[in-house]
Amino acid sequence: MRARRLRVALGVALGLALLAYPAVFTRPYPRDIMIKIFLYALLAQAWNLLGGYCGQISLGNAVFFGIGAYTSSALLMRWELSPWLGMLAGMGLAVLVSQAIGFPCFRLRGHYFAIATIAIGEIVQTIMINWDALGGARGLSLPIKPETFVNFQFHRAKWPYYYIALGLFACVFALTALVERSRPGYYFRAIREDADAASSLGIPLARYKLAAIALSAAFTALGGSFYAQYVLFIDPESVFPLSLSILICLVAVLGGVGTLWGPFLGAVILIPLSEATRVYFGGTGKAVDLMIYGALIVLVAVFQPAGLAGLLGRLGRGGRRPSAPLPAAARAGTG
Amino acid sequence: MTAEIVVQSLVSGLLMGFVYALIAAGLSLIFGLMEIVNFAHGEFLMLAMFATFWAWTLGHLDPLVALPGSTALLFLLGVVVYKGVISRILAAPMLAQVFATFGLAVFLRSAAQFLWTPDFRLVQNPWVSGRLSLFGIFVGTPQLTAALAALAAFGLLYWFITRTETGLALQATAQDRQAAALMGIDTERMFALGWGIGAACVGVSGALLVNFFYVFPDVGSVFALLAYVTVALGGFGNVPATLAAGVLVGLVEVLVGLWAPAFKYVGVFGLYLAVVVWRPQGLFGKF
Repeated sequence: MRARRLRVALGVALGLALLAYPAVFTRPYPRDIMIKIFLYALLAQAWNLLGGYCGQISLGNAVFFGIGAYTSSALLMRWELSPWLGMLAGMGLAVLVSQAIGFPCFRLRGHYFAIATIAIGEIVQTIMINWDALGGARGLSLPIKPETFVNFQFHRAKWPYYYIALGLFACVFALTALVERSRPGYYFRAIREDADAASSLGIPLARYKLAAIALSAAFTALGGSFYAQYVLFIDPESVFPLSLSILICLVAVLGGVGTLWGPFLGAVILIPLSEATRVYFGGTGKAVDLMIYGALIVLVAVFQPAGLAGLLGRLGRGGRRPSAPLPAAARAGTG
Repeated sequence: MTAEIVVQSLVSGLLMGFVYALIAAGLSLIFGLMEIVNFAHGEFLMLAMFATFWAWTLGHLDPLVALPGSTALLFLLGVVVYKGVISRILAAPMLAQVFATFGLAVFLRSAAQFLWTPDFRLVQNPWVSGRLSLFGIFVGTPQLTAALAALAAFGLLYWFITRTETGLALQATAQDRQAAALMGIDTERMFALGWGIGAACVGVSGALLVNFFYVFPDVGSVFALLAYVTVALGGFGNVPATLAAGVLVGLVEVLVGLWAPAFKYVGVFGLYLAVVVWRPQGLFGKF
């Protein structure tokens, strides 16, 4: 009971701190870092629904991100549609595409599924690079509009973007928490642990895997539309690359796959870290920042394969079980 | 488009296919042994190419002379990577394994950029250069050399894993780690050997590619993607099948490239999806 109260108090304190952040940090740069943290936490949480809870390792989630970014931007440029509506359209399109991807690919297991998602990502990126009506390799520069909430553009200050990013992440976080406790959430985990056993107990595998990828695609597209409105420039190289798919997955893995707090934790660590290495070691074309980044990934994978959530969980138990077995979540990818 | 151009392209696709097959064979061998996909395989290839390039620039050794050295160096790299990283994560979840090798890939690529800058480099006037005409079809001599040497290396690899005692021990370990250990096979040694040989395959491929391909830190990424597709197409862990799959990838690449050059890799990836949706275990794979 006390532990529960403590957790609620910690959650409320974190929420208040996040709400007060722009009042304390008034410079654009610290706000920008927090916006990126929310965005990547959201994307990793979306990946987590499919890869973490349901155990289907996708290395192609950038496809949904790009669909979100391109749909809202194209609708804005062609028909002056508010990006908020474009965001919904992008989510809908991403869900449709996710079903078209999932329907054939969910027959594949483990590495075959992961490589199929890489292949799809590469195909989609190549198509977008050659699709001249959507800007091709040059990308799309979004028109500058008066700054209003409906236009989803704010030029003078970053705080509106901050609160929108926080709000979107909070929504996705809350929905994930709901899914985690719902019947589909338990089915997802059953499929991850042992697809054959889950199937023999009467769980329709295809339907729940398709549901997981639909959720994942919708939320990832949401992040894509937000990104387009925040940066106001998109091209296939920035919204569809394999490296983005991997980064999304990496944030979740670093934080702890199949856990509610993992993606946020991963983003809180990884984004400032990559910013710091970029600021202090980057910019010379020497790629020292990426060397550090790569080495850190190896170290985390070798020494903390269950992610940081696993580490915190271990500390939370007072270090009584130093050789505690990995959380089942970390064994994702077998089904 | 004349028939001549099509035949010409098919021949060049076939030649590249043998090189793809050798690169993929190393990946497949490692996967068959321990179910780990080496996401740094492309970076291994990049290092082999740079090693050959520097042997030519600094030591004035032709890439073909440097080939044994590059192979040995990569063998060593494979063993070191196994001992230093992979042996610690054999029992780790799949995602941790993916990211261990992926992080290694980022590290190696950035280290290459740090040490040698992102410039594109080319070996000028190697021994094999120019082209020759076979029955009216022009073939690049470096490409032909690479294909023949890759085929020879592939044959050697096949002979090694099917005809020598060590090779059989390697196969036994791939089939059942515990049973192999009970039969007195040092599985730890076999794993290290598997990584060494897997990396040595790209050591050979890299030295051959340097004769007609630019060398730069990012060069591995395209070859690695094709290698993943080749391995999965043949069936993970099935080394002989990668030869057929590699040739198929080479042929599809040039055929689609003839019709729409920008989409040649779309053709390869599309082929992969079509095949695995039809046969989820790959063309020659087993569950």
